[in-house]
Amino acid sequence: MNTFSTGSIVNAGDLPDKPAPIRTDGPIAWLRDNLFSSRTNTILTLVALAIVLYAVPPALNWLVVKANWSGGAEACRANPGAACWPFITARWEQFLYGFYPQAERWRVNIVLYVLLGGIFLLAFEKMPLRKWVGLLMLIPFPIVSYFMLYGGVFGLPVVETSRWGGFMLTLVIALSGIVASLPLGIVLALGRRSTMPIMRLVCTLFIEFWRGIPLVAVLFMASVMFPLFLPPDVTFDQLLRAVIGVALFASAYMAEVVRGGLQAIPKGQYEGAMALGLPYWKMMRLIVLPQALKIVIPGIVNTFIGLFKDTTLVLIIGLLDLLGIVQSSINDPNWSIQSVPYTGYVFVALVFWVCCYAMALYSRHIEEKLHTGHKR
Amino acid sequence: MSVFKNVAAAAAVAGAFAATGVAHADETLEAVMEKGSIQCGVSQGLPGFSNPDDAGEWTGLDVDFCRAMAAAVFNDAEAVKFTPLSAKVRFTALTSGEIDVLSRNTTWTMSRDSDFGEFIGVNYYDGQGFMVPTSLGVASATELDGAAVCTNTGTTTELNVADYFRAQGMEYTVVAFEKADEVVAAYDAGRCDVYTTDRSGLAAQRTKLSAPDDHMVLPEIISKEPLGPLVRHGDAQWGDIARWTLACMINAEEAGIDSSNVAEMMESSDPNIQRILGADGDLGSKIGLENGFCANIITAVGNYAESYDRNVGPDTQLALERGLNALWSDGGVLYAPPMR
Repeated sequence: MNTFSTGSIVNAGDLPDKPAPIRTDGPIAWLRDNLFSSRTNTILTLVALAIVLYAVPPALNWLVVKANWSGGAEACRANPGAACWPFITARWEQFLYGFYPQAERWRVNIVLYVLLGGIFLLAFEKMPLRKWVGLLMLIPFPIVSYFMLYGGVFGLPVVETSRWGGFMLTLVIALSGIVASLPLGIVLALGRRSTMPIMRLVCTLFIEFWRGIPLVAVLFMASVMFPLFLPPDVTFDQLLRAVIGVALFASAYMAEVVRGGLQAIPKGQYEGAMALGLPYWKMMRLIVLPQALKIVIPGIVNTFIGLFKDTTLVLIIGLLDLLGIVQSSINDPNWSIQSVPYTGYVFVALVFWVCCYAMALYSRHIEEKLHTGHKR
Repeated sequence: MSVFKNVAAAAAVAGAFAATGVAHADETLEAVMEKGSIQCGVSQGLPGFSNPDDAGEWTGLDVDFCRAMAAAVFNDAEAVKFTPLSAKVRFTALTSGEIDVLSRNTTWTMSRDSDFGEFIGVNYYDGQGFMVPTSLGVASATELDGAAVCTNTGTTTELNVADYFRAQGMEYTVVAFEKADEVVAAYDAGRCDVYTTDRSGLAAQRTKLSAPDDHMVLPEIISKEPLGPLVRHGDAQWGDIARWTLACMINAEEAGIDSSNVAEMMESSDPNIQRILGADGDLGSKIGLENGFCANIITAVGNYAESYDRNVGPDTQLALERGLNALWSDGGVLYAPPMR
């Protein structure tokens, strides 16, 4: 309402809003608030800027601008001072499948597509039959994939695990480790918190044993010492040995993560459950574990990411995972060029980063979804 | 009853996991025939000796030896499966029976021969050498007093350098790295004056330098590295098959037989060639193979010279001259026992 409409020095209506002073809004204010708010911050900003200016343009130059994008080894040999992407394009199938026979690669593709499809479907909570998809992915899928990849049934020719390699092998080891370590870790964590003394002792010993030795030692024992214990007629598959080692190793870490969650649950929850007359497993399944696991999602995903990256260690026992196959490809004399090793390692780093970041994003999404009423 | 159950379950588990049966003494050939292929241990990638090519096929001098054995046993050079092995697990893989033959640029030494397996010959005579920038103006390793030497950690290379410099009464400093790529990068960046490793390795790594032509390999060879394949102890027949596979390739080169002329050579009247190719005599059956096993090898893989030229020879990126690996009649030390 405006009652001073007659005077000439008084405006007839509301003045239009003036833009905020340049000091409080807009990019300059943002810069002042966030980058130059104090003397220390100003110095830090300038140092960071200098580092970025120093490192980023040469890196982009090497990776993109001057890089060899087409042609073969000859093009790279002529221009060895920048990335050699033809090395990746010439070999990406090998990096993906290892030495899996060309005619049988459709089997890997099917498993890969089903896996991606399953993960995609599970990412939507509103999906109908989501529970069933999850159950299918968790139990029959690994078994069916094993037979798809190894063969020997339904007339599929056998492909020995020694021919598996590349990113496919990385996924096989990481996913078997992830799928096996979570339930095993939960059982171990429950065992360690059990009131039964022998159970507690066994679980504690198991966890502390596997946590106390480095993964490299586990792999070495699995691949070097283990065959010497077996009777000479029996040989365990090399890959199976590695997978078991990785899974047991990861489950020990997982157990401690889960135990952290169990300990964070107030005693009243246990007592309340018992007061309702729930037996042990029902109490755990319905009351305690849902709360405990929700708390430790960051820890669980952290363990998964660590496990995923640790799979590269299998290359020391002769399994050519993604990193291993890239390293052995670098040794092809036809690609013996200065830039090829660097290009290969950058490629591996990129692939691993994408996978790990995807896992991190998914975990953040689940955390937000499950964050119901427990914000403190 | 419950004992029986346990045994049955254990047997079922063992049966499910057992990938390949290990052969006892004198049974490797039988087991290999049953499997239908030879399991061959190779490196995880050593230029020219065993490395995967663009198509994902293993190639190299060591790989060719395994293919030759497959050709000898099955008349099919593809009847071989490769197991990439790290240096640390290679001997366990052989003794535990995971592989039938280890063809992995392994230096033949007395302790290895007695501990791990039976070396059946030498398919490459290597030796440790030095590479220097030409700008250093050095023509011989004896002028390297006070040099900074780049090398790999924890290998015999490091020990050989120490021995050599002490014997020459020269001072030096070591700049050591874990991986070959790091050593090359350090040498290329000028952090050391000399790069030392096996001469085949020097040739391979040289192409990774920013200006390969500005570097030269010095003439001195400071160690003996006879590289050869080995098989398990205690199976004389399998050892013979491996030994005469290699001897066949070398003898064929000496007799002028290669993959292109092997068919004509079968008609040759030269008794030596007839014996090598099995047109005359029963040499092959003495080691459990067909008499034409050597002809099969030459047809499928070629003689030693063909394998050498294809993988490490002057026309490849490695560009290694035959040198010590020439036939004894050409000034080298390659001397295979006669096939008669």
